[in-house]
Amino acid sequence: MSELTLSNTKAHMDRLYLKKRFFSFGIPSIIILYLIYIVITFDVINVAKSASATNARTLVGDSYSYKTHVRRDNRSSEISIKIEGEKKGAYPEGMTPDWVNRTSVGATVDLGGGHLIIFDDGFVTYDIPSYGQVWAKPSRRGVETRLPDGEFPGEINASKNRVAITTDHGRLTITRNNTEVFKYHFGWELFFFTLDSPYYGKSTSQIINAAFNGELGEIFRDFWYNKMWRHADVAWSLVETILMAFLGSFGAAVLALPLAFLAAKNFTPLSSIRFAMRRFFDFVRGVDALIWTILLARAFGPGPLTGALAILITDTGSFGKMFSEALENIDEKQVEGVKSTGASPVQRYRFGVLPQVIPVLLSQVLYYFESNTRSATIIGAITGGGIGLMLTQAMITQKDWEEVTYYIILIILMVMLMDWISGKLRSRLIKGGASYEL
Amino acid sequence: MVSGFIVADDRNAGGFWDGLDKIFDFPAEVVNEAVEKGSGLPALLVKFMPSLIETINIALVSTLVGALLGAILSLAATRGFAQWPQLIPLWRRILDVMRAMPEIVIALILIFVLGGGPIPAMIAISFHTVGALGKLFSEVNENASIKPVDGLASVGANWWQKMMLGVVPQVAPNYLSYALLRFEINIRASAILGFVGAGGIGYDLKNSMSWGKGRYDEAAAIFILLFLTIVIVDQISSYFRNRLTYGNAEEVTL
Repeated sequence: MSELTLSNTKAHMDRLYLKKRFFSFGIPSIIILYLIYIVITFDVINVAKSASATNARTLVGDSYSYKTHVRRDNRSSEISIKIEGEKKGAYPEGMTPDWVNRTSVGATVDLGGGHLIIFDDGFVTYDIPSYGQVWAKPSRRGVETRLPDGEFPGEINASKNRVAITTDHGRLTITRNNTEVFKYHFGWELFFFTLDSPYYGKSTSQIINAAFNGELGEIFRDFWYNKMWRHADVAWSLVETILMAFLGSFGAAVLALPLAFLAAKNFTPLSSIRFAMRRFFDFVRGVDALIWTILLARAFGPGPLTGALAILITDTGSFGKMFSEALENIDEKQVEGVKSTGASPVQRYRFGVLPQVIPVLLSQVLYYFESNTRSATIIGAITGGGIGLMLTQAMITQKDWEEVTYYIILIILMVMLMDWISGKLRSRLIKGGASYEL
Repeated sequence: MVSGFIVADDRNAGGFWDGLDKIFDFPAEVVNEAVEKGSGLPALLVKFMPSLIETINIALVSTLVGALLGAILSLAATRGFAQWPQLIPLWRRILDVMRAMPEIVIALILIFVLGGGPIPAMIAISFHTVGALGKLFSEVNENASIKPVDGLASVGANWWQKMMLGVVPQVAPNYLSYALLRFEINIRASAILGFVGAGGIGYDLKNSMSWGKGRYDEAAAIFILLFLTIVIVDQISSYFRNRLTYGNAEEVTL
């Protein structure tokens, strides 16, 4: 200890000031410099510029609305009406939405707000209020179009073989072979019942009445096996994701507990075994779930088991490390006490050691279980199981954004539910203790 | 649990028992090929350095952004420190939702809008990190003393000054320790997101894997790099975390 002289104290204070100055100016400027470096290396400006606004618009628009396609085959003059243009959403013969009227030569499509499209004999007209009538005739040579004068209220894209008209009420596309109208509606289409179900279009009270009249089974079946939304598959894949997380975390815990005894100083006097166990834990943890997933998928093929095993192996490392640390911190007196009653080693562990550590270990396992629900979603996307797979599949089509939204909402609800359950259980396990063990 | 494993096995494309004897086939192939082309390995390690740095950068910047935003949100969501106490439940719910959002969801959506590359991964991981760290930070805040804040309030400090001078010095070591832990997790996350198309070393790994045989030496190089990075980051971070929790007093008081 240096002498308490004025110059010493001053030097000490100077050092302190320097340090404070570093913390209040140095660190923020390092952070800012680093962020600038990131903006440059990641090319943020160019990426922001090239962001696809159309993609963003379809994504957002599609997540809360759907479109119905009314399509005429220009050769056979056949008209088909399909929700989202999918076969599963096709209106059956003799059933049309109330905004489409079939006529003897074609159909009239009322887009609302005075926008009216008429499929006439061989040609199409589109009445746009305060603009006029667009006339178009597809033939084998191309598409012939006549437009009234004045500025077009919307987007029009006309070439020899293709005319596309987009207004705020819908979209009309004419090619040589097809004439197609898109009408946009708010909401998620056919979420409860598909068009071929007898319950489609019924009001809630009618369905409740039918349910009381003994049709509950059919109603549930039509909803549960809805071909558009596949509620049964979605529910199953959520279960699968949770199953992956559950098997991974608890399987790892079962595996790690005996190994942790081998890695704890007070249970394994042989330092070489301890060292080997520790390095083993570090290794399986370090290889990471991603690599394990890839390696295991080669052997077991894609599926939930692969994901569960990948989580299991990684977490065996984490648990082994944490458990052995917990075991090193136990109170030896209780073990002595059990020993003094003449207990065998197994009984000593069972009654002297485990009661001390189990609450702590279990709460750690629960915490991992909860965070593994999230990981299982991601691993599922890679290895092909659970809701992660459904999500990536829906995204790859690049048009089922309403399903993507549905899955995302379900995933968030699932994760929050798991958080809540595990939080409840953990706070019950460690009463009064810190609620957030890591 | 046994029945759970049986169900999972049924749903898997290949059975567990069929695959068990094949489990070392693929690693053996990779190792064989890597040994065969052993002389080229150092060159490959150098070749993938830039993407490794990209992966680390993604993790670092998202930990940084996540920690900064998480700190602000957590202070706004703690009783006693919040500027608008009525909004506490709102901030808490926001943190909950951000925490519940798996990175892959945001990453895939942003890849659709922005195209592949590190930025979707960065935003996605930051988003989740804000929620995860915000929750941990707000638990640290609960234990912080309110007296310095009251003192600063009595001399007319505004909210920022109260937080920066009154709260942050108390909680900084714990914040830092949680942020370091998060950095470890984010390295892994950014490697995984690369695998679904968001840049970095994961993307290279996916490419060399999809090439199949003949490119396994690249896969081996990436495995080595990834493994070493994770182990080194874990070691460094746990060293600093130990120092922050048990270390010398002067360091802790900042």
